[in-house]
Amino acid sequence: MSSTLRLFWLFVAAAILVPFFPQIVYPIFMMKVLCYGLFACAFNLLLGYTGLVSFAHAAFLGSAGYVTGALMIRHADRIGTEVAILAGVATAAAIGAVIGGLAIRRKGIYFAMITLALSQIVYFLAVQFRWTGGEDGLQGIPRGRLFGLVDLTSDNAIYGFTLVVFVAGFLLVHRIIHSPFGQILRAIRDNEPRAISLGYDTDRFKLLAFVLSAAVAGLAGALKALVFQLVSLNDVSLHTSTEVVLMTLLGGLGTIWGPLVGAALVVGLQNYLATLGDMVTIVIGLIFIVCVSFFRLGLVGEFLRLRKSA
Amino acid sequence: MKLDILGAAAIAAMAVAGTAQAQGISDDVVKVGVLTDLSGIYSDLAGQGSVVAAQLAAEEMGGKVLGKPVVVVSADHQNKPDIAANLARGWFDQQQVDMIADFPTSSTALAVMEIARQKNRVTMLSSGVATAVLAEKCSATNAQWTVNTYALAAGTAKALLKDGKKSWYFITADYTFGHSLEKDASQIIAENGGEVKGVSRHPFPGTDFSSFILKAQGSGADVIALANAGADTVNAIKQASEYGVGGKQTVAPLLAYISDVKSMGLAKAQGMYLTEAFYWDYDDRSRAWSAKFFEKTKKMPTAAQAGVYSATLSYLKAIEAAGTDEAGAVMARLRQMTIDDAVIRNGRLRADGALVHDMLLLQVKKPAESKRDWDFYNVRAVLSGAEVYPAPNPACPLNKS
Repeated sequence: MSSTLRLFWLFVAAAILVPFFPQIVYPIFMMKVLCYGLFACAFNLLLGYTGLVSFAHAAFLGSAGYVTGALMIRHADRIGTEVAILAGVATAAAIGAVIGGLAIRRKGIYFAMITLALSQIVYFLAVQFRWTGGEDGLQGIPRGRLFGLVDLTSDNAIYGFTLVVFVAGFLLVHRIIHSPFGQILRAIRDNEPRAISLGYDTDRFKLLAFVLSAAVAGLAGALKALVFQLVSLNDVSLHTSTEVVLMTLLGGLGTIWGPLVGAALVVGLQNYLATLGDMVTIVIGLIFIVCVSFFRLGLVGEFLRLRKSA
Repeated sequence: MKLDILGAAAIAAMAVAGTAQAQGISDDVVKVGVLTDLSGIYSDLAGQGSVVAAQLAAEEMGGKVLGKPVVVVSADHQNKPDIAANLARGWFDQQQVDMIADFPTSSTALAVMEIARQKNRVTMLSSGVATAVLAEKCSATNAQWTVNTYALAAGTAKALLKDGKKSWYFITADYTFGHSLEKDASQIIAENGGEVKGVSRHPFPGTDFSSFILKAQGSGADVIALANAGADTVNAIKQASEYGVGGKQTVAPLLAYISDVKSMGLAKAQGMYLTEAFYWDYDDRSRAWSAKFFEKTKKMPTAAQAGVYSATLSYLKAIEAAGTDEAGAVMARLRQMTIDDAVIRNGRLRADGALVHDMLLLQVKKPAESKRDWDFYNVRAVLSGAEVYPAPNPACPLNKS
């Protein structure tokens, strides 16, 4: 475990250097990777460690983004950035409790379909509400001041802030996975009837995992809203929900690093292939096919397997 | 009095020229970015054609402005505002892009306009037509070059009302764009003595319009107005013709590009009125430019693509006149110029970024009248900008002074 953390701090040290060398890695791109990485980590907590397939994660990402963004647009001069973020995370967690509470009554594909249906309701609300800006979304979200003191407007300030929040979120997920609670989640993933026979109230654990995952996804959404200063329908769309599945599977399901690697890969392809035009979706599709055909464990998963067998 | 104004103008011009010489061209290159939909539903009406249009403008300037090269770059924003914003930031921060054009969806335009404003760069909307960019979120470094939804609705609605078609029924795409088109058109109808008999809102994007069309048919309204775009408009018109809408009832798409008419076919589209900023077969100048465009793409330009050409050309000319590519000075120059090229006529750029210029009221030809491919329209009227453009929106801070 300590080797994971050592690698993590190495990554953080490298990430700190990014703003000093903007020509090598563009800081805004890096922030996008961090936001989506955190989002995929949250998803991985549910799919990789609890075995629950959710198609509702965009609803958490987006709703937190909308709440944070709307609060900052209206009240940036009165509240600190942290209040808006917390409100966004709380919204995501609340929606997570509702969707999770309804969905965990069923298993497998039915569970997935219920999350899908409920997240479509969130999408519909985002289209119809006036305060979400409908099709146009929210633009020009002020980044505000942290605790009313630290001005986050400059790109370097928000970069530092994003990195700190990402580290906190990543360590939280790491902590959850390696706690006794995380071990129970894995027991549920591997053999739920057995976990029940051992006396665990699995529904309660599943719901808690769902809400935690929703909250971390919400944290990523709130952060993303501040970094890009915009929230759009895309953030709550089914497409984003499937994209996070793609990131997690490409990187490696059930590995702590997988989601981050997968997020970097997908975001990087989207960004650097944008000039290719219609090739983007084809290339990402092909990579996905190759991955699920030959690297079932994902990039990180295969790497770990090779290292183990070597 | 007149002399005073002239004097003031001269001083202003000198002041602009003064700052200009001090600054010159940043990074020794003028980069124009075309941010468009290269793979999705709008790639036909904008897409690669917009990129070619920008290149034609650069070529027309000899590939150089003030002795510095002009470079055109392009990217696919996939109609997603976050991807658009990310690309735009990258272009501004790292690749010395000075101006970004096109934006087929208003949400991408709004997102990038804000970033451009912060970074003092120029945005020029061509296929981005929502009037929202002229309201609260208007920006001093933005120009909505080709057209907006209000002007499109005003052109078609006023012409039909003049024809005595007073009662209207709307089939509206149920999202911001459709609502704003419907609202703009309803206002014009009410002001000109018409009435709206009913509205049906369809989910976006829609495929089955039969129930809406039957309701519209049953309403007995003179005009069935389509407040939607692209594939929705094409499908609705095709289905309306299958249900035998016609005779006394007219179908009027409030936003249709020549590429849409091409995919509907003249048999289904004939007789329809529509308003466009540009039609390739309007006069000799537009034909000559369109021939160049056709040579490269094997298609005639849509108004959106032609608008990218005009915007890029005017932008480069304004840089030449201002002697700098600093956004404020270039925009000031653009506001002084009267835009007159192969695409845009009698164009004046307003403070809020609306380019007010002549629009064309067109009627789709009968198949027998069409002499060749792309020979689709009869030009029924040239509408002056003052006739069809909305009054400056007081919500835009730039309109206050």
